[in-house]
Amino acid sequence: MSTEALRPSSYLGEGAGPAAWLLTTDHKRVAWLYLMSLTAFFFLGGAFAVLMRVELATPAGDLVSDDTYNRLFSLHGIIMVWFFLVPSIPATLGNFLLPLMIGARDLAFPRLNLASWYVFILGSAFALASVLAGGVDTGWTFYTPLSTLYANGFVSMAALGVFIVGFSTIMTGINFIVTIHTLRAPGLTWFRLPIFVWTMYATALVMVLATPVLAASLILIVLERVFGIGIFNPALGGDPLLFQHLFWFYSHPAVYIMILPGMGVVSEVLPCFSRRPLFGYKAVALSSMAIAVFGFLVWGHHMFVSGQSAYAGVLFSFLSFCVAIPSAIKVFNWSLTLRKGEITFETPMLYALFFLALFTFGGLAGLFLAALAIDVHVHDTYFVVAHFHYIMVGGMVTAYMAGLHFWWPKLTGRMYSETWGRIAATVTFLGFNLTFFPQFVLGFIGMPRRYHTYPPEFQFWHVLSSAGAVVLAFGYLMPLFYLGWSMFRGPRAPANPWGATGLEWQTASPPPPHNFDTMPSVSRPAYDYAMKGLQHETFSPHKDEA
Amino acid sequence: MSFGIPFTPPEASSIAGSVDMLFYTLLAFTAALGIFLASLVVFYAIKYRAGSKAERTGERARSLPLEVAWTVASLLIAFVIFGWGAALFLRREHPPLDALEIAGLGKQWMWEFRHPGGQREINELHVPVGKTVIVSLASQDVIHSFFVPAFRVKQDAVPGRTTHVWFIADEPGRYHLFCAQYCGTQHSEMGGWVTAMPPEDYAAWLGNQGKGDTLAADGEKLFRALGCSGCHEKSSKVRAPDLAGIFGRPVALENQQTVVADERYLRDSILEPKKEIAAGYDPVMPSFDGIVDEGEMQMLLAYLKSLSPRAATRNEATQ
Repeated sequence: MSTEALRPSSYLGEGAGPAAWLLTTDHKRVAWLYLMSLTAFFFLGGAFAVLMRVELATPAGDLVSDDTYNRLFSLHGIIMVWFFLVPSIPATLGNFLLPLMIGARDLAFPRLNLASWYVFILGSAFALASVLAGGVDTGWTFYTPLSTLYANGFVSMAALGVFIVGFSTIMTGINFIVTIHTLRAPGLTWFRLPIFVWTMYATALVMVLATPVLAASLILIVLERVFGIGIFNPALGGDPLLFQHLFWFYSHPAVYIMILPGMGVVSEVLPCFSRRPLFGYKAVALSSMAIAVFGFLVWGHHMFVSGQSAYAGVLFSFLSFCVAIPSAIKVFNWSLTLRKGEITFETPMLYALFFLALFTFGGLAGLFLAALAIDVHVHDTYFVVAHFHYIMVGGMVTAYMAGLHFWWPKLTGRMYSETWGRIAATVTFLGFNLTFFPQFVLGFIGMPRRYHTYPPEFQFWHVLSSAGAVVLAFGYLMPLFYLGWSMFRGPRAPANPWGATGLEWQTASPPPPHNFDTMPSVSRPAYDYAMKGLQHETFSPHKDEA
Repeated sequence: MSFGIPFTPPEASSIAGSVDMLFYTLLAFTAALGIFLASLVVFYAIKYRAGSKAERTGERARSLPLEVAWTVASLLIAFVIFGWGAALFLRREHPPLDALEIAGLGKQWMWEFRHPGGQREINELHVPVGKTVIVSLASQDVIHSFFVPAFRVKQDAVPGRTTHVWFIADEPGRYHLFCAQYCGTQHSEMGGWVTAMPPEDYAAWLGNQGKGDTLAADGEKLFRALGCSGCHEKSSKVRAPDLAGIFGRPVALENQQTVVADERYLRDSILEPKKEIAAGYDPVMPSFDGIVDEGEMQMLLAYLKSLSPRAATRNEATQ
């Protein structure tokens, strides 16, 4: 419309028809394709969660049947993990920002990037088909022999969907690795890279190395389920624990695929709104790599009571404590970044501070789970559910919201309502804690997870959790409206509304199709907020660039 | 327990107290660290808010001594927690001697238990207080998990193998028994109660149950009915290993290796007899896979164990 007419030089203005979007190889437009698809999946998976929480408000199974309930939590997990969390930040913000942050015109393989979205959509079609056909009741973990011999849902279809989506993950991973190695601007050495780029690099490595194992194990499930080939079924000479080893060999590193990008976002936002360089930059950068490496060595901590050797359990526990160290280092560094800053509390900063609180809390809960004797008690209870939601939702989704608001002016060229942003961030934080904190207590007092009905003495905590889920739902729905409004009606954003360092802020908002009118070069470290003049010259949210 | 709202699970086993000691210590530590970090961030956020008059000069964005200090401190604390948790955990491997062994079988969607005297119960488990109870777990179909929160014990029951869990109940009462591993449609209904009772009450309870044969005696009947005795008895014409005292004994295999005849070995020898052939014997035994179900397997194992009375009580929990 008139907006695009005003800015013919913006990537948004280059061709408006469906074909111009669906056949684009511009990484910024592919990011939008992902953003739209992932938002749809987020709210679909969220709707399943709300239904579950409503069911759990009473001990009896009175809203939905047991089979329906089992399908709800299975689909909630499958959709949220593979169709939202794994691609979330890399495929949206990562896709959009990676070339901008390193001063490149696009990713190394622009067509591969578009292809990855189509592969994602193909996988999504399988997953959605399995939902429409009647769903899956194996849990997102597909444990055998339940998934191969006993489950009566559309397991093969859902597994194929996840299998296919895995290829889009691998494509994105390869694209990012090559891009970061080959397309950095002159002067942009590894230790001048923004931490977001470091975390994208670590994430991409894990994507490329771990996802094939998931693909292999899902294919083995389909082979056993459809053709009766004995791999996991003991009656056919297989071993059910083999599946758990294979599954967690992927799925534990996948947890780091999900959280590392969030760490990257927060490492950008905290320095910006503190007007301080990131404390201990090198330690934060290298700890991302340490997490990526150690993340491959701890899968057995999901199996302490599975029948795995107790001594293997001891080793996996030890390694799990080791992988906690780089995360702890990051938390200390983020906290110290605030010191001697000039702190302001815009929406991205609020989300980043809430991330810091929730991630720390979830991480500390992880110490309980890594401690063998305690894990025996709380394994497969709500304690575990609470722990990973603190990391995946309180951590990752909160960081995603921080990033979405932080780079929204760059994505759209528009500002959003700061008031509504702050309200939504606060509502999310409160709703999140009300939903998931009671689940720690539930787990400790012995409430197993994936229960459709439960003993009445657990009800008090379930009611709190269900009430929290309603608040949380509002917290996530609000941005849908004010960001949607901003997309068309928001005030124009300047090139650098936050006065941030980083190459992405040196080009227009929204950027031109080829990102930079003159190719940048870099001569300073990242987060150089001490540089005189930066904050006062450009930190003026209402200044119109045009 | 205010207003009937539970904050903690009951402590009703010999290990519950020590597990909780670790839990509460860790809770205190993490709460202290969490509150410290939260206070620090809030303190900085207020002190260094934009426009405040706080002193801001002379600070670099790194401090190597500080970074080394918190890395080393984190490592040391992590290792202490690790060691403590592991030490408690490894007790699972070493049940006290002279235990009462109960066979537990998980199937969609119930727990079935058989006491040594043959008494059978479903979704109920009666145990004596103050006595070591080993539940040897098997599964008829998918993976289940035996979970008694009040005892702080949990162990998966995996099809195709035997697993063990042991506990000493030290407080009489009725406690939840759950299936903790998602097992299909009625997963949340798969459970019931563990009743811990004084030994004399337990003895009386056993006496009141229907008099059946012991598990081992049932196993012996099966041993004859399936024709095992035809070869494995001394008088037999077919040469097969003598099974007296077999359990817990090293067995020399044809491939020069030696294995201990634990539950895993006995089970595999029944279901896949060609896999590990005892040295000096022909591989003529047929497989009983598909003929012997998990409940019958438990009977056969109980019978074989009863042939070596000394080893049976030792019962190393083989993973």
